[in-house]
Amino acid sequence: MALFGQTFVTGILIGGIYAVIAVGMTLIMGVMKIINLAHGALMMVGMYVCLALFKSFGLHPYLGMIPAMIILFGIGWLLQKYSIERVFGVETILPESQVLLTLALGLGITEIIRLIFTSNYQCAYTPFSARCFYLGGMSISQPYLVGFIIAMAFVAALHILLTRTDLGRSVIATAQDRDAATYMGVDAKRITNFTFALGTALAAAGGAMLLPIFYTYPDVWHPYLAKCFIITILGGMGSTVGALSGGLLLGVAETFGATYWSPGYRDVVGLIIFVLVLLFLPGGLKKVIGR
Amino acid sequence: MAEIKTMAKKSWFLPAILGIVAIAFPPFLGGYFQHLLILMMMWITMATAWNLLGGYTGCVSFGHCVFFGLGAYGGGLLYLHWGISPWWGMIAGPLLAIIAGIPIGLVTFRLRGPYFALSMLALGETFRIVFTNWVSVLGGACGIVSSRTFGVEKLPYYYIALVIAALSVYVVYRLMHSKYGYYFVSIREDQDAAEGLGIPTTRYKMYALIPSALFTGLAGAVYMNYMAYIDPEVVFSLAGISIMMILAVMVGGAGTLGGPILGAVIFVLLNEGIRAAVGPISYLIFMVIACLLIMFLPDGIIGDWAKIKRAFRGKKPVYVGGE
Amino acid sequence: MAYLDINHVVRKFGGLVAVNDITVGLEQGEIFGLIGPNGSGKTTLFNAINNYYPANSGEIIFKGIPITRKSTHEICRLGIGRTFQVVKPLRRMTVLENVMAGAFLRTNSATKARDKALEILNFCELMPRKDMPAKDLPIADKKRMEIARSLAGDPELILLDETAAGLNLVEIEVVMAIVRKIRDSGITCFVVEHVMKFIMGISDRMMCINFGKEIARGTPREIASHPEVIKAYLGEEYAKGK
Repeated sequence: MALFGQTFVTGILIGGIYAVIAVGMTLIMGVMKIINLAHGALMMVGMYVCLALFKSFGLHPYLGMIPAMIILFGIGWLLQKYSIERVFGVETILPESQVLLTLALGLGITEIIRLIFTSNYQCAYTPFSARCFYLGGMSISQPYLVGFIIAMAFVAALHILLTRTDLGRSVIATAQDRDAATYMGVDAKRITNFTFALGTALAAAGGAMLLPIFYTYPDVWHPYLAKCFIITILGGMGSTVGALSGGLLLGVAETFGATYWSPGYRDVVGLIIFVLVLLFLPGGLKKVIGR
Repeated sequence: MAEIKTMAKKSWFLPAILGIVAIAFPPFLGGYFQHLLILMMMWITMATAWNLLGGYTGCVSFGHCVFFGLGAYGGGLLYLHWGISPWWGMIAGPLLAIIAGIPIGLVTFRLRGPYFALSMLALGETFRIVFTNWVSVLGGACGIVSSRTFGVEKLPYYYIALVIAALSVYVVYRLMHSKYGYYFVSIREDQDAAEGLGIPTTRYKMYALIPSALFTGLAGAVYMNYMAYIDPEVVFSLAGISIMMILAVMVGGAGTLGGPILGAVIFVLLNEGIRAAVGPISYLIFMVIACLLIMFLPDGIIGDWAKIKRAFRGKKPVYVGGE
Repeated sequence: MAYLDINHVVRKFGGLVAVNDITVGLEQGEIFGLIGPNGSGKTTLFNAINNYYPANSGEIIFKGIPITRKSTHEICRLGIGRTFQVVKPLRRMTVLENVMAGAFLRTNSATKARDKALEILNFCELMPRKDMPAKDLPIADKKRMEIARSLAGDPELILLDETAAGLNLVEIEVVMAIVRKIRDSGITCFVVEHVMKFIMGISDRMMCINFGKEIARGTPREIASHPEVIKAYLGEEYAKGK
């Protein structure tokens, strides 16, 4: 029973961090209607920015998160404005050419990081990383818990931004109907740039929360990109609540898979959920919970 | 009529020259160049196979490493468990790829566009993880080491790869000039319209998938025999196999016969050829080129050939008809 | 039993009943016109016949064969061709290739399909456009190409969905002549149309629907003077004044 509780809590905590990364992706997918395969690589860049700040100035990742988010916001804006926007709406033989562009961008960025930081495994190790406290027989790791709390704060802040501010409403309007939003006076291009940049900054925040927990290396993003898709498909495109519930669900499913099946198959659990949801629950949890 | 005849002559001219060069010259080349040529033939086969399903039929698969990996493992598993010559993998590998391809198609063809692409990606990753972890049956993360029949000699492998590459191009050429080809392109252009014309779209997607899986599997089997070693992280690699197949096709031109050939040659030259000169940056260079091509020539070098010609002549684009 | 029997067909989208209990029979060799205001369920009825959106209840029988549960491509093979209100050209294929794609329904040989397609293109007066990519055609030619494409599959019944919408008067005359020729070659035509000049001019019998329900049926002349039809199109006030 302790093992069960431990697994469940760990799943929820890590799921919250997944949710913050995925919420950025679901936002971009909702507004642009394309799959952004550069998202994972941009998260990895966020991790390395935090890592560099930690190594050179001793800045803790939770504080380094802020400059990392600002830098990634800028990178996201530039990438969208000068690269992805160019192929947006261009008719090609394969409509997936935009998806491939984001992928090539992601792989290219990875190589740049590899040139700067090498392929070595690195980490931002602080005494804080290993600390944990006990609650009714379960050990709760501190970086997991703090990461989870910050993640929830971000998701809540984003939700408020989207539902309570003019800027956020413009984002939602563009996601629902780009043309109609344009006719209503929304600068859809600017909003798209903003959305992409914001999504990227959120990915960087997620990366910063992972840094005290896991090692990082240039290819670290592959499984996280897969998790983002799974959560996006599970939660439904463009839905913050969907991404949150999808993230928590995936976190729990994965940790249970790792504990009760085999740690090697941890990632398979998510992939199986992914294909099942695509086939049997198109539209994702968004449809079920009605948001 | 005279016009048609000269055109027919022309269309045989280029393949004939290329064929003679491909058969006659390699024996005089050094081992490194032979190695490059073998890789080129392998990638031509894979890109052509991917193009049949992705470029012509419009089912963009992000998980073709499944078929490549199974093609490689077909022979590898025979060798691992029963010590049978890995050459039997040339039959077992593609067969395994097709056997896996049919249920995969039945499930994933229900999805459209990016959702199909992603579900294939998920399947590719699933295969990679299972082949890495299931030690007792599949060998696990250490992979499978077999022996090379021809020792250090490269030429036999080259000619086998050449025959397979030529066969794949020929099969796709014949398919595309038959009813199948028209149906494949119809499905790509508008699946609803295709259904309305009486085309059983799921069945025809399957007809595109089976040869595609077959040739990808054959390329995997050649790889297995040539390298004499399979690493699950390599043969089921998303970035190294699945994505590279797509990028090679996109660079050359999706939905064209020559595109995958050209794309594969460029890919191998950049990835292997200049690696010797510039080191690991070669991969970055290929990605930068891929980005620029997708941005400026989204239909690839062959698909946007008219655009390239116009750019060099400095003329503005001319549109025929128009809406 | 009629040639095409539509029995009590209902199709709902969520709470909206787009087609509400329509029953109608088409006779072989006639041109049957279907009219109704925007959103009255005309295209939905066509989509139910083709099974793009299956009927929720009711039955559709073609030549005595129930087709309600058959898939779209099987229905086409049985001999029901159709065109689309929002044209669906195979954009990067030429006009000839588009029509060949339709012709392959009845043959496996590319040469035969090509001959058949050329014959149909001639019939639809599209010969001069045959080598143009379909995406570059003007709208009138796109609509005619859709007719040609479905004719190439040798249909016995053809569903024409707003073939004349958006065309000028000269182009409408051309399409009217083609539809008459199609009927004269023995193919039954089921026509949905907004352009009154067109549908009143060619239909043998007509039906008018509104809010998914039949409101009138008869010859074009009867339909034109039917009070319910006038009410549906022009409003209650106008119908009373008349």
